[in-house]
Amino acid sequence: MKQDRACRDRGSGTPGNNRYVLSPDKKLDVGRILEGLENYRPRRFGWTWREKGPSRELGPFRYLETSAPLKQSMPLPAAKYFESIDPQPDCVVTTEIASGRFEDDLRRMRMAAWHGADHIMVIRTTGQSHIDGLLEGTPEGVGGIPITRKQVRATRKALDLIEDEVGRPINFHSYVSGVAGPEIAVMFAEEGVNGAHQDPQYNVLYRNVNMQRSFVDAAVAKRIMASFGILQIDGAHNANATARQAWKVMPELLVQHAINSAFSEMIGMDKESIALSSVPPTAPPAPALSYDLPYAVCLRWLFSDYKIRAQQNTRYIESDTREATVTHVLNLLVSRLTSADVQSTITPDEGRNVPWHYNNVAAVETAKQALLGMDGLQDMVEIKKEGSLPEKVRELAERAVLFLEEIKQEGYFDAVGQGFFVDSGQYPERNGDGIARDPNGGIAAGSIVKRDEDYLAPVCDHFGYNKLPEGTSRPCEMVQGCTFCRRDKIAYIDELDPEDNVGKRLEAFSHESGPGSIRPEVEWAGDGYVTLTVFIPEAEEIAEYASLEIAARMGLQEPEVIHKRVIHPSEGTLVELKGVVPFSVNRSTLKIPKKPKVLSEDEIRREVSEYPMKVVCGTVGEDEHSVGMREIIDIKHGGIEGFGIKAVYLGTSVPVEKMIDAAIEEDADAILVSTIISHADIHRKNMERLAQLCMEKGVRDRFILVGGGTQVTNNLALEAGLDAGFGRGTKGLHVASFLVEKRKALWAQGKGRKQGFHEN
Amino acid sequence: MQRACDFEERRKHLAGLSDQELKDRFWELAQEIVKPLYELAYTHTSPSIERSVLLRMGFSSLEAQSIVSSAEKRGLLGKGAGNIVLTYARAKDIDYVPAGRELASGGGWDEITGVFGGERSS
Repeated sequence: MKQDRACRDRGSGTPGNNRYVLSPDKKLDVGRILEGLENYRPRRFGWTWREKGPSRELGPFRYLETSAPLKQSMPLPAAKYFESIDPQPDCVVTTEIASGRFEDDLRRMRMAAWHGADHIMVIRTTGQSHIDGLLEGTPEGVGGIPITRKQVRATRKALDLIEDEVGRPINFHSYVSGVAGPEIAVMFAEEGVNGAHQDPQYNVLYRNVNMQRSFVDAAVAKRIMASFGILQIDGAHNANATARQAWKVMPELLVQHAINSAFSEMIGMDKESIALSSVPPTAPPAPALSYDLPYAVCLRWLFSDYKIRAQQNTRYIESDTREATVTHVLNLLVSRLTSADVQSTITPDEGRNVPWHYNNVAAVETAKQALLGMDGLQDMVEIKKEGSLPEKVRELAERAVLFLEEIKQEGYFDAVGQGFFVDSGQYPERNGDGIARDPNGGIAAGSIVKRDEDYLAPVCDHFGYNKLPEGTSRPCEMVQGCTFCRRDKIAYIDELDPEDNVGKRLEAFSHESGPGSIRPEVEWAGDGYVTLTVFIPEAEEIAEYASLEIAARMGLQEPEVIHKRVIHPSEGTLVELKGVVPFSVNRSTLKIPKKPKVLSEDEIRREVSEYPMKVVCGTVGEDEHSVGMREIIDIKHGGIEGFGIKAVYLGTSVPVEKMIDAAIEEDADAILVSTIISHADIHRKNMERLAQLCMEKGVRDRFILVGGGTQVTNNLALEAGLDAGFGRGTKGLHVASFLVEKRKALWAQGKGRKQGFHEN
Repeated sequence: MQRACDFEERRKHLAGLSDQELKDRFWELAQEIVKPLYELAYTHTSPSIERSVLLRMGFSSLEAQSIVSSAEKRGLLGKGAGNIVLTYARAKDIDYVPAGRELASGGGWDEITGVFGGERSS
């Protein structure tokens, strides 16, 4: 029931703040975000879906399930092989942000948006759901931020700038739960928050808020959310994050979704604004899809008119980020097969620590990569209509219906009182270990009051009995407009705590860090954390303590083991640690090697046409790899042949001696050797041997010697006695540039192949 | 409650339903379950709801906190916090904003209780 808000003062633009535009080469300036916040107005209200297209051509491919590409973004690493395309899946992609400091959250949001997130879910600080009222200012939080008007407003303003930078609307989301739900809903509506968790069952079961209070408050909050088009996400998934055997609560999950959805609709929320939070309940080594897929299909069928927000499994995720990622990819397969509308992501390090910012990006990239890889899947395969899958779907639906029948018989409050929910038995089996809550107990018990006959609330979008004076056309005309109709009436509080606020934190940070100072970070600006990965050839316990000592001796402060994986009971253990580096480095004193000069293609062609150039090349040692070398040579890969340089390719596993003999015979200008990663430093030894043999044969000054390969660096090649080294990412242009410049320099010294004498 | 799985026995009355009938039954039951919850919500209010009304009237969260807490102590929440502010403004013949601020700072409550006849809501 999205009401017509045309008559309302929605505000437009961000007066006084329009001049700040983000630039990719500059960090987000939190100070600029905080300027003029009291005058900020959200540019739009309500949720935005991605614009889907029927199909889309991008680079060499055609996609069936993508949305419009971004203006600026970070493509997946392999995109460089495909014209650097960065297709965007058709569903909204969520990242959850929970650092505890909103000023750092803003930078994290920007990074995530560049990788494809357009739904930013801000986690609240621990305990906020029990605070009876709104918090104000910018105090620091634990495991999330205290949600306040200032933080919400600053975040929405930053997201406006970020969405301009990437070229796609970004949905901002937090929680309308706890004992201040209606007030938070008002504040979210006023501040342009686009999505929110709202489910009174969550309050009751997991926060022990009195159930009557929860439902009474929820109704008012939901009506406000509905009026502003705020997408609602429910809380059912918490049941499978809590239950011991998560797959057994599947019938209950359907029931919880139904209760919140039916309640929301009755209050006036559109089905399209109701998203069901669904998590595949199992993870390997369980045969996950045989549980997860029928459940998702059942949910899609029963809730066909609603939106599905697919969350990833956390229940069985511990510290192994590889294991987490594989489970999450399987979750994404279920999402693709059942057309999830919102794809949420869980950072792969959630089982280790408060998520680190680069892991927000990792999770978003996992979603983007897997969803793109499965583009068009439903065009090729379909869910079977007969057999075990539809039988399981039917059984789940029947169990859910039976569960609802029993709740109806008891009444919802009494059913919760008897511990019907989060029981570890698959309904109708009951193990008696559910979460039971006293209908008259819990936080804020006894706090609801019957509305008197003359109850009056002179404001818009207010749910429930309201004795407005006769002839009132709009409830808020009695107060000359409420804040939903007149933004100028919103009371904005900046800070309440003179010490615990963003201003003080920014001051302290700039004081500590100083200009040009660089420290690593994972959570908060300059927090100094680094990780160390070590394999210790010992059993688990010894490995753990040995690695801690290694970290301490390396100078890491507060070293802490964040992951252990026994590779073999006695052969060894992989340990990952985190620790803080006790220093910063200074930008101005860094020694950064100058990038070699790259000539223009025309300059190279001119030079080579006037003075022909010939090179002898091949892969040396016992190495059959030729891809890298061919990329540097071949005309079709932009290789040196394209500039007119003649390349005599000797093949793979060429002995170094043969390279030199061929170069002498061909009267070449240069010898190009490719060598791959090798144990025992073979790549370095081969390069040294090339230089050495040239000296012995008296031809060192005659040839330009170049080494290449994934592990080769220019410094390494120079140390080995060659003239240059080229590593990963090298293009033919770089090598050709170098050869032309180097030959000029040699000729100027009277060295190199004799000028003008070439039988090209 | 502990109970062995009696799904086969319990589902007998559902066995003959088509998939669509089962789905319809699912939603009918959900609506029947939430109907009393809807009615409870329609006829009741809470401190947070009343603070949300005051916020929409333009009061700050601190003022809303104070007004609602005083109204609660005097058993006047059932009138609606906005109603209390408007009633006090009328009694004093002033604009509702200064009236609300006065109530937020602790003044005017005896007068308000008198106007509402000392009714107590439960």
